[in-house]
Amino acid sequence: MTTSMTRRAFLKGSLAAAGLTIGVSVTPFGHRLLNASEIDSFSPNAFFKITPDNKVAIFVANSEMGQGVLTSLSMIIAEELEADWSRVSVKQAPAADPFKNPIIGGQVTVASASVRGFYDALRKAGAAGRAMLIKASAETWKVPEDECKAFMGTVKHAKSGRSLTYGQLCLKAAKLQVPENPPIKNENEFRYLGKPMPRVDVPEKVAGKAVYGLDVTLKDLQYAVIARPPAYGAKPLSFDPKAAEQVKGVEKVVQISQGVAVCAKSVEAALKGRAALKVNWDKGALPEMDNSSIEKSLAEDLNKPMVSVVNTGDAKKAIAEAAKKVEANYFVPFVAHATMEPMNCTANVTDDRCDVWAPTQAQTGSHMLASKASGLPKEKVHVHTTFLGCGLGRRAKPDYVVEAVTISKALGKPVKLMWTREEDIKYDYFRAAGSHRIEAGLDAQGQLIGWSHKLVSPSIAKETNPAQLKDGIDWFCMWGLADRPESYGWNNRIQYEIPNLSIEFLLSPLPIPCGPWRSVQNGPNAFVIESFIDELAHAAGKDPLEFRLQTLKGNMRARRVLETVAEKAGWGKPISKGEGRGIAQHACFGSYVAEVAEISVNKNNGTIKVHRIVVAVDCGPVVNPDPLVAQIEGAVIISLGTALKEEVKFANGGVKSANFDDYNVMRMSEVPEIEVHIVKSNEKIGGIGEVGVPPAAPAVANAFFNATGVRIRRIPLTPKIVMDALK
Amino acid sequence: MISLHVNGKVHQVDVSKDTPLLWVLRDYLNLKGTKYSCGIGECGSCTVHIDGKAVRSCMISVGEVQRKKITTIEGLPENHPVKKAWIKEQVVQCGYCQPGVIMQVAALLSQKPALNADQVITKMDDVICRCGTYPRIKKGIKTAIQMTKKEVKKS
Repeated sequence: MTTSMTRRAFLKGSLAAAGLTIGVSVTPFGHRLLNASEIDSFSPNAFFKITPDNKVAIFVANSEMGQGVLTSLSMIIAEELEADWSRVSVKQAPAADPFKNPIIGGQVTVASASVRGFYDALRKAGAAGRAMLIKASAETWKVPEDECKAFMGTVKHAKSGRSLTYGQLCLKAAKLQVPENPPIKNENEFRYLGKPMPRVDVPEKVAGKAVYGLDVTLKDLQYAVIARPPAYGAKPLSFDPKAAEQVKGVEKVVQISQGVAVCAKSVEAALKGRAALKVNWDKGALPEMDNSSIEKSLAEDLNKPMVSVVNTGDAKKAIAEAAKKVEANYFVPFVAHATMEPMNCTANVTDDRCDVWAPTQAQTGSHMLASKASGLPKEKVHVHTTFLGCGLGRRAKPDYVVEAVTISKALGKPVKLMWTREEDIKYDYFRAAGSHRIEAGLDAQGQLIGWSHKLVSPSIAKETNPAQLKDGIDWFCMWGLADRPESYGWNNRIQYEIPNLSIEFLLSPLPIPCGPWRSVQNGPNAFVIESFIDELAHAAGKDPLEFRLQTLKGNMRARRVLETVAEKAGWGKPISKGEGRGIAQHACFGSYVAEVAEISVNKNNGTIKVHRIVVAVDCGPVVNPDPLVAQIEGAVIISLGTALKEEVKFANGGVKSANFDDYNVMRMSEVPEIEVHIVKSNEKIGGIGEVGVPPAAPAVANAFFNATGVRIRRIPLTPKIVMDALK
Repeated sequence: MISLHVNGKVHQVDVSKDTPLLWVLRDYLNLKGTKYSCGIGECGSCTVHIDGKAVRSCMISVGEVQRKKITTIEGLPENHPVKKAWIKEQVVQCGYCQPGVIMQVAALLSQKPALNADQVITKMDDVICRCGTYPRIKKGIKTAIQMTKKEVKKS
């Protein structure tokens, strides 16, 4: 348990000097301090509160973007608290220090870290509450504590047949000291964990009543849209604010660093006003830039001197002396997030207070940046997290918060900033493109003895987390390839045991902003690693599954998911002519995943049909199994989008892709049967939200090779790319 | 003044005729269940019923629907088989696209002669769910059809 979680530690750290006898209560605006006489509830930490009406309110630190986090984190508390789920209400926590994720260091929903980050802490937080309620009952009845047992929101004394509800006990419990190390349950005592729990957010979402960022309403709200540069680095030469202000409903035109904002009484007036602005932009930083120049630049940079990331053994020598040498270049393009709810934020900045309502994955970052943009100290800034219309990592970058706060401050009114779909795609922080060159050596027995990997990519960390960019290495770009030595001990590297391994990196100077995209670079890097491993298996004359198992050596968790998926998918059984089967595995965020893809290829028009994806996942203990399966299904589908369809188009130094008519994502008829098998495991709890992404794309590419005998070393495998490759 | 018949009530709204229905539903009538996502009729998040048919509210102006019956997600009864099936099958993830998806499925299920599940599923390629709930949408459609059949039997 982090020290900030206990009331005592909280008091010692922040308020001991005030000399008050107090409790801490959580309100929608953070923590409120109470005199002892004012204690009206039991809240031994920031995560829950029990009131005399026998209700339990649970506060969830993380953003709900469809992964079911409101339910899963609440289940952990309810389990250890031994609460009656029917009396639990779940609330989104405000941005506040106690809600910082213990393994991330901020209040931010990223890196599939909500459950794995809070699992131990919330178990202890709930168990502390249970222990205190038991103690309160024992004191009431004047019996030993070990004769009292918590059961579904009550404490019972079996000997005398007495019982008290948590509601009856809560005010007495509130005056007790919070135990540092309360006893937690044994797994066989679990009432909720590991069993399917319907998600608490589903009914209001189905009813159409869930409030997302765009649904926030305030009195006297202004709607703002921003005219943004058509090319990277372009600046406005001239624009016509008067023309915009003449549009009925337009209130004001405000120039900010991101562009020219038009504020109006309605969305449609703001959009009309923006159209009337007629901004003249200069040509920007690289007016000739398009997809072919981008790809050429990334490929050419592979020949430049690079920064060494990993250098184990002597890869160069091993490969030079190998019985067989294999080399290949791979390319992975830029991919957009395109969350269904475009970026938006509502802000109300007054002289002494700033309120922000945002569909954000980043409470800590939003809080900090809203404070900076409003010029108000952090304690006067309040971040309210709404539901998120999908996150995918895009909402971890709170640029939209800064914009809304800046405009509200300039206007002196509450403002809802809305990005159109076109802005959402064009001004995205994309999944970074990368150019890879790999050389590897096999010995006479077909064993992998050396691997040399070069990667060129624009920075992800620069825009989203500069601490991850150090000495020329962008550690986000390395996810799935190599672990940062001083990182959290995350196993986020090539899983194969390679005695001579060299990994080198070079930052591309391309001015295209990048950000984390579901699984970050685990996705693209797994495509490259798992495709190339398939090439090596072929070169060694071995079955792709057998070669992987052999090269994983003692990596038992990776082997187990591969063996499971192979068995469930019927690996090795014959398939129809024209069809192919491919396999891939990857480990990230503390979990291990393997997938098998079955596809067919239409050689006349180049279309690939994915028939079936079988998944095996080992994520340690399971909290809520049904949303877990749903997360894997969704991850597979979006990964198939990157394998088959998704690629951002650039032209004239800016982004050409604009909407769902020219940025193609997966549709219903393209979705295969997906089977998810959870491998039972007693390992440390791992992440789930993103881990289904990495193996799907390479499994499809490997299936394509299996079906056609042709290796395509880039995604997406569009009909054109397929036809060109089959020629 | 524009007169709109929404979810069984008549509303007078002071907007110009060419205003997309989507913004009027959301910002003037406060029916926020209908979502904006693409604005060009590509994704289906803004789907409502106009005289019982699924229509993209971002692509139709209020002037065009003045004398028509408009139903939004809020106006679809809580015990509608599609809403019930969506809860039973835990279809939604982020949920942003789902009001539109639900309205499209509800309109397809009301067609006569009745469509079977596979026929409904083939008509769902014009809605987008970025979370990838498609396998659950399929399940939800099948369950909703079963629920509808049971209700017909009862009555």
